[in-house]
Amino acid sequence: MTRQPKVKRIHLAAHFPGVGDTTVRADPRSKPQIGFSSFEHLARTAERGLFDFFFLAEGLRPREHKGPVQDLDVVGRPEYLTVLNALAAVTERLGLAATVDATFNEPYELARRLATLDHLSGGRAAWNVVTSSDALTGENFRRGGFLDRADRYTRAAEFVATARELWDSWTPEGVSRPFAHRGPHFDIAGEFTVPRSPQGHPVVIQAGDSDEGREFAAATADVVFSGWGAGGCPPGRHRTRQSSLEAGKAFYADVKRRLAKYGRAHGDLKILPGVSVVLGDTAADAREKAAEIRRQQTSPQTALLTLEQIWGTDLSAYDPDGPLPDFDPVPEYGITQGRTRRGDTVVIAEKWRALAEEKGLSIRETVIEAGGRQSFVGTPQAVADELDAFVRADAADGFILVPHLTPDGLDEFVDRVVPLLQERGAFRTEYEGSTLRSHLGLAAPEQKG
Amino acid sequence: MLHLSAAVDQPSVYDAASYVDLARLAEHGVLDFVTLDDTFARPGLDALSVLSRVAPATHRVGLVPTVTTTHTEPFHVQAAVATLDWVSRGRAGWRLDVSTTEGEARLFGRRHAAPAEELWREAGEVADVAARLWDSWEDDAEIRDVPTGRFIDRDKLHHVDFEGSGFSVRGPSIVPRPPQGHPVRVVDATEGPARRTAARYADVALVRVANAAQAGAVRDQLRKDAARFGRNPDGLRVFASLLADLGDGEHAAEPGHGGGGPRQTAQGPLYRGGPVDLAELIASWHGSGAVDGFHLTPAAPRRDLERLVNGTVPLLQHRGLFRTFYPGSTLRDHLGLARPANQYAGEAS
Repeated sequence: MTRQPKVKRIHLAAHFPGVGDTTVRADPRSKPQIGFSSFEHLARTAERGLFDFFFLAEGLRPREHKGPVQDLDVVGRPEYLTVLNALAAVTERLGLAATVDATFNEPYELARRLATLDHLSGGRAAWNVVTSSDALTGENFRRGGFLDRADRYTRAAEFVATARELWDSWTPEGVSRPFAHRGPHFDIAGEFTVPRSPQGHPVVIQAGDSDEGREFAAATADVVFSGWGAGGCPPGRHRTRQSSLEAGKAFYADVKRRLAKYGRAHGDLKILPGVSVVLGDTAADAREKAAEIRRQQTSPQTALLTLEQIWGTDLSAYDPDGPLPDFDPVPEYGITQGRTRRGDTVVIAEKWRALAEEKGLSIRETVIEAGGRQSFVGTPQAVADELDAFVRADAADGFILVPHLTPDGLDEFVDRVVPLLQERGAFRTEYEGSTLRSHLGLAAPEQKG
Repeated sequence: MLHLSAAVDQPSVYDAASYVDLARLAEHGVLDFVTLDDTFARPGLDALSVLSRVAPATHRVGLVPTVTTTHTEPFHVQAAVATLDWVSRGRAGWRLDVSTTEGEARLFGRRHAAPAEELWREAGEVADVAARLWDSWEDDAEIRDVPTGRFIDRDKLHHVDFEGSGFSVRGPSIVPRPPQGHPVRVVDATEGPARRTAARYADVALVRVANAAQAGAVRDQLRKDAARFGRNPDGLRVFASLLADLGDGEHAAEPGHGGGGPRQTAQGPLYRGGPVDLAELIASWHGSGAVDGFHLTPAAPRRDLERLVNGTVPLLQHRGLFRTFYPGSTLRDHLGLARPANQYAGEAS
């Protein structure tokens, strides 16, 4: 554990998005999205690949489009923490990360469930803190309604701080001390029911690239799950390897710079962009495969759905193989509910129209081109080189892989890329510790109170 | 058909292995299910999480965590219970309970403690909305139709539009309908305010009484009430709930307890005696029609569960009163309960 690697070590994690258009569920190799066997296979594969952690996203209401639940992407998923506890039974070292929102939960109950996962997994729990943004979701909860953006972040910050007070309320010797927390969002007191867990505090992950998100992460998080190339790529502008590397370095430097303000060191926060990988025996194979996956991810129906989400308008009369609408999106008109709008739709539409015109693209081709979510495409050797180069250049501390297939989407990466990373000393050849904090090289949290 | 279940409660035990061991022991005894109690009022892990951890390490035994309905979110709770059913492949139950103390209320800081009557009424609403949310996906909603690109048939997902006295839920659930349709709902029906909720919503009602006559009377009442709520009373199983101290010997160690039946204590009716006498008691109560089954809480978790499984169970099997293997795979199968029809099936969303 004390042995210093010669090169900067890469951290790897796997994200199972569950819903949405990342997954290619029309592929015959695609298996059930809900059945436990699928999660088990993915998690076991991630552990076989010696990944740091496995990461589940959350859903609190199915997305609705033009009325009822939208039907084109995978819809529906199990409840995150329950699945992760079950996965703790079939894995031994893999970190288990749950996305849980800080808007429609309460600190006492959630801190307890996370501490329980940490106990039951022997110190492998992580919490990806997110906030819920829409009133639609609120309709399922006692609170009802929603919080405005500023309140969501202050509630999330106070939520995490409160959870930490609860986790710190038992001494390592097993003595429970009463806690009391009074703040703008929470006024609670009593005794926490769970003793200090193996990691002290489960690892805290923060997703998102906004300025508020960066500050929140620098102040509080152990890991940032950032957009690919940091900040992602604006729709309509095609990413180059270089622009992603530069954006990644800028994001990395910016977030790490903010740590000092909170008395934290450079290594206290790991930056892991979400990426997807497509492998081929030759570069041309990989490119062809990548194009085919993008085509599968964007059926003619999905292309129209994507367009309707941006235009806010019923476009069912449009031909997916025909040109884009020549009018501007309808602002403030939500044809799709339950999904955060991706920025200014009028600007996006303008860019997409320019892209379509420049390259002579149909609706479907434009959606495929502008989507462009595949980050690393090439032979195993080329992909290993690039991943390593990104980490060495301080554009990332590692990556969170988003496979497009359930449950076999990680197999090829683990079989073909991981050994190459190990060969060059860029990735572990065995787990050195048993907790997620030890995989990530994070110190035990200091106990306050 | 006789049903048996046992608690795997272990105060101050926080490692997964001990719970897995006890659940496997219960499964070795072909028990219908194990329960794990939970409260915010004293130290202990989150019970649903523990039994989710146990699920992949067991194969047949039912898993019934206690989850309070008082300070929790009905939407989260139903999703977690449905997911326990998914990860256990149809073995999930849910013991509904309420949190009555001001101390528990302070942990959430959202409202004050309320009378049991009010909390059990809310528990009934939570049971109701949970069933609606479990039904909010029809079983065949997932169509994965490649030509039209549709993953689901959106007409088979339903808003539940539930308006309770203190909360509302729009739905549909985020979790597809669980394998059992509805995971098994268990309610301790000993106290008055809980009994009505049990009669209306429970699949298994537990009653803590010290003799067969009392148990029979409560069972009759529960079945009558269930019928009054429009249920078929045969869809409700009534279990006698006893603390079991199976001591050191094969037979009753303490005169008046083993032979004389359970004694009422502050913790509930306590049976003290040997595994042979317990088999006798179970056969006698069940034979008189007082109960459909038993829920036993071992006084010393490992010792008494072992004695139950290795002593009492074989005797009951030998007499042809208890199963020797699991004929089905789901908890509903074990209990002889049908998979519920979907209340929204055939309705346009």
